[in-house]
Amino acid sequence: MSVKISKYPGVGLKEEDIKGKKVLTTVWPCNLKYSWSAGVAVGRFLTELKNGKIIGRVCKKCGRILIPPRMYCEWCWKPTDEWVYVKDTGTINTYAITHLATDGVTRLKEPMPIAVIQLDVPAKLPRFFAGFLHYLGEVKPEDVKFGMKVKAVWKPPEERIGSITDIKYFKPV
Amino acid sequence: MMHFPIKRRVAVVGAGMTLYRRRLQETTKEMVFHAVKMALDSAGLTIKDVDAVVGGSAPDLFDGIHMKGENVITEAGGALKPYLRNFTGGTTGVSQQINAWSIVASGLADVCISVSWEKMSPCHPHPQYAFWTIFDRIIERPLGVNLVWIFALEMNRYMHKHNIKKEDIALVAVKNKANALDHPCAQLPAKITVEDVLNSPVMCWPVQRLDISPPSDGASAVIFASEDVAKKITDTPVWVIGVGRCEDTTYWMNRDLYFPYYAYYAGQQAYSMAHIHNPRKEIDVFEIYDPFDYKELHHMEGLRLCGKGEAPKLTREGVTQRDGDMPVNPSGGLMGVGNPIAAGGGMKVCEIFWQLRKEAGKRQVKKDATVGLAHAWGELMQGSSVLIMKV
Repeated sequence: MSVKISKYPGVGLKEEDIKGKKVLTTVWPCNLKYSWSAGVAVGRFLTELKNGKIIGRVCKKCGRILIPPRMYCEWCWKPTDEWVYVKDTGTINTYAITHLATDGVTRLKEPMPIAVIQLDVPAKLPRFFAGFLHYLGEVKPEDVKFGMKVKAVWKPPEERIGSITDIKYFKPV
Repeated sequence: MMHFPIKRRVAVVGAGMTLYRRRLQETTKEMVFHAVKMALDSAGLTIKDVDAVVGGSAPDLFDGIHMKGENVITEAGGALKPYLRNFTGGTTGVSQQINAWSIVASGLADVCISVSWEKMSPCHPHPQYAFWTIFDRIIERPLGVNLVWIFALEMNRYMHKHNIKKEDIALVAVKNKANALDHPCAQLPAKITVEDVLNSPVMCWPVQRLDISPPSDGASAVIFASEDVAKKITDTPVWVIGVGRCEDTTYWMNRDLYFPYYAYYAGQQAYSMAHIHNPRKEIDVFEIYDPFDYKELHHMEGLRLCGKGEAPKLTREGVTQRDGDMPVNPSGGLMGVGNPIAAGGGMKVCEIFWQLRKEAGKRQVKKDATVGLAHAWGELMQGSSVLIMKV
């Protein structure tokens, strides 16, 4: 703000002003529904999760295995070449302990550890690795460590639906 | 290597902003009108002098108005004129200035308004929930991910890589909220201590309540003019001497989050254009995107203001204070002034304009600042924009 300006436009409101209807409001409960195709690459990935397996795509140019899989390599900017199964083990690249649910306000009863899992796949490009976000389980939040070896814990086959949540969580090996 | 055969020099000649608050009574349109009017008045211009308009606002879901760029065309002064909207999440507030600059630099317009706004308060139960929709719908949303989660993942990786303590990161929150005490439009100015930050409720460890900026309503505006017009409008035009923007891959879970390469490359572009070799020595004042306290440090390193892992030390030594050798976020930043996403970045450009014109009053940095840098960061934690200005 400039010293040459002395009037600052805007009227701040408190939450009570809205709830107490001191100002007029209109409410719209957004009720749209969407159905998305999982697509070619991730569709196959989900199908294999249902089988209890993790699959990736290989780019023969840079040598990467791409997980989550895509039908193209964003760095070589070419189609990827083939499918490959990988182990369901990895290490914790980074983690956090969430006390908040998705909505950003509800507090969880028990803090939950989450992590970026770096899968046990050779990393051909130094900055980039194969892996994804998931929950950690069978470990106390305070015991989670960087570089910890982890393994996927799968739902029983009859409960799998072809979703990232077919893996219940990753647990320390 | 990029070359910059810029056709015309471009200056910022006016700036304005509303109060930043958790909830404003004003509608989106009303906020935009006020910010634009203040900017025009400060430059002694009327809406008739404006040739083109750039609008900037981030996710439509906050205020529930789809294609909300169009919603404000009239209030932004864009009716019957070329108008475009920048829609790049958190980088919007600086990215859109580059759009406005290019419209004037190319000769398409002599005067272009760039207005940024965000009205987050209409979204319930909390605007944070709207961010869930920016994630991959197949493999991330089913896990219930939100933005605080992924910033906590990034912050922890950064802390781990360089062995940085939370106490050092909290110093940024303390500094910025204190700086905001001198900003008349600030939403969360406060005198707090490191202990206050460390004792605040945990959101997603290592992120605590006082590590994070608030949701906000607010608008800001900046006016760009070509050289010949700018010199007629004011004796102190603030020249745009460097711009840069860069995006990293959307697959954030496949890259090492400890270093912001997008900020590095955006900075390098802007430094190259501005012929700046040592940004720490050649730039006097910085407004760096700080939606979380650790991001100020992370971005300082990305922008080459210090080595990797060294930003906490500079902060501890007071180098980034207003009276320091390298003042960062003298406005109070998003942590103190508020974070109406696009208008958060817009506010930073306004602040550099006021700092370089020596109009910042109590917030004026001690150095005789002639060159300043505004930076914003956004999308899926993957992009940066940089604007360098000079009087």
